[in-house]
Amino acid sequence: MQMLKVENVFKSFDGNNVLKGVSFEVNRGEVVAIIGPSGSGKSTLLRCINLLERIDNGMISVGNDVMVYTGENGKVMYSPDKELRRIRLRLGMVFQSFNLFPHFSVLRNITEAPVHVAGISYEKARENALELLRKMELEDKANAYPYQLSGGQSQRVAIARALAMKPDVLFFDEPTSALDPELTMEVLKVIRNLAMEHMTMVVVTHEMSFAREVADRVIFMDGGQIVEEGSPHEIFVNPKSERLKAFLRIFSDK
Amino acid sequence: MKLIALLLEGTLVSIEIFFLTLLFSLPLGLVAALGRMSRNRILCGLVKAYISVMRGTPLILQLMFFYFAPFYIFGVSLDRFTAAILAFSLNYAAYFAEIYRGGIESIPKGQYEAAEVLGFTKTQTFFRIIMPQVIKRILPPISNEFTTLVKDTALVTVLGISELFRAARNEASRVASTNPLLVAGVFYFIMNWVLEKAFHYAEKKLSYYR
Ligand SMILES: Nc1ncnc2c1ncn2[C@@H]1O[C@H](COP(=O)(O)OP(=O)(O)O)[C@@H](O)[C@H]1O
Ligand SMILES: [Mg+2]
Repeated sequence: MQMLKVENVFKSFDGNNVLKGVSFEVNRGEVVAIIGPSGSGKSTLLRCINLLERIDNGMISVGNDVMVYTGENGKVMYSPDKELRRIRLRLGMVFQSFNLFPHFSVLRNITEAPVHVAGISYEKARENALELLRKMELEDKANAYPYQLSGGQSQRVAIARALAMKPDVLFFDEPTSALDPELTMEVLKVIRNLAMEHMTMVVVTHEMSFAREVADRVIFMDGGQIVEEGSPHEIFVNPKSERLKAFLRIFSDK
Repeated sequence: MKLIALLLEGTLVSIEIFFLTLLFSLPLGLVAALGRMSRNRILCGLVKAYISVMRGTPLILQLMFFYFAPFYIFGVSLDRFTAAILAFSLNYAAYFAEIYRGGIESIPKGQYEAAEVLGFTKTQTFFRIIMPQVIKRILPPISNEFTTLVKDTALVTVLGISELFRAARNEASRVASTNPLLVAGVFYFIMNWVLEKAFHYAEKKLSYYR
């Protein structure tokens, strides 16, 4: 069943065309990895889907909810704000820089949105948060503050915070790029566990071995377009385009 | 003893001016800061002009202006105390506005984005996520303004309001001695000492996070 559909999305910043007709789909329970050189528009794509940027052209839908489409006249039509707020709650996002709320404890970072956005009782939200922290192997950090956490711990709290809103699709924008190798491993392990639970995820990453092992499908972006898309085997073992081959060479050289 | 009682009476007026000014200027400053950061060019320009005039002219002049101008323009004057509170509130709001703005702009964009993707409304984001962090950051400059305000209350003497400074000056000329001024100085100092302690306490309270 289709969970996310992105069709022919264009986005430019002051004449700089960053996304040039991007289309892809994500099915329920699927893990899609997006790879590509920096500047290729991966973050912009995620930000457009998560309503942090508005697209210039194209269509995005989540399940049966159309977030934005382009009419016959070429005019981009976003759903009304109220509808967008509802659709947004079906999506979760994890940033490279964690963006935890420094003035809240770990527990409150996780419970704040469920209580004040979703309207769940604090007791229920707290119980849920503690369960998530257990999954993240951070149950002892519930009362800590973000400044007391390592990068890997921070990112796992950020993942728990996103999961607490029970999103249908969870997006990650280079979740481990700010981390040392050993901390990267603990975060990737958490994402891997989520994949085994069939959480629908879209992960922008530079961790090729991770993409290869965990993703059901890999998308290679370059210059604002999807250049190649396929199973990890197709992408990593039998790349077709020269650009992908060149990109993968950089990583195998490392 | 009579001197102390006299000066204490003046001190109460000074303290009243202090608190009333804060009561109006702290929220007004926030409104001005938001106006200053607004994308509406006209609103932003107006607030900018207001802030520069308030910061670019002497407070003592503003005090006299708010007291005398209504009389010359409308033929009615505000009572001295109201004029003083009005001038002080508008003046301090301008300074607070710039402090708030600096604080708000120092919060990383990622905080807004994280809140947005979690579904917080703009209002929730501002009051739950941004403002608490802003308050911690602006505590030092705010504390400076508070201290200055304590001392600035002496300026209302130009409107003939009997606050601490006026009481001390009158008494000094009556008894032909600087002692009343000295005691008034001690009173001002004590007020600021209390403030300093209060801010120190607040900063400590907020040091639970970074
Ligand atoms: N808010 C923005 N304003 C202007 N240009 C932007 C903005 N965000 C991204 N860009 C530009 O879009 C291009 C793609 O950026 P990005 O989506 O971050 O790529 P990636 O995540 O693949 O590295 C870059 O050239 C970047 O400078
Ligand atoms: Mg990026």
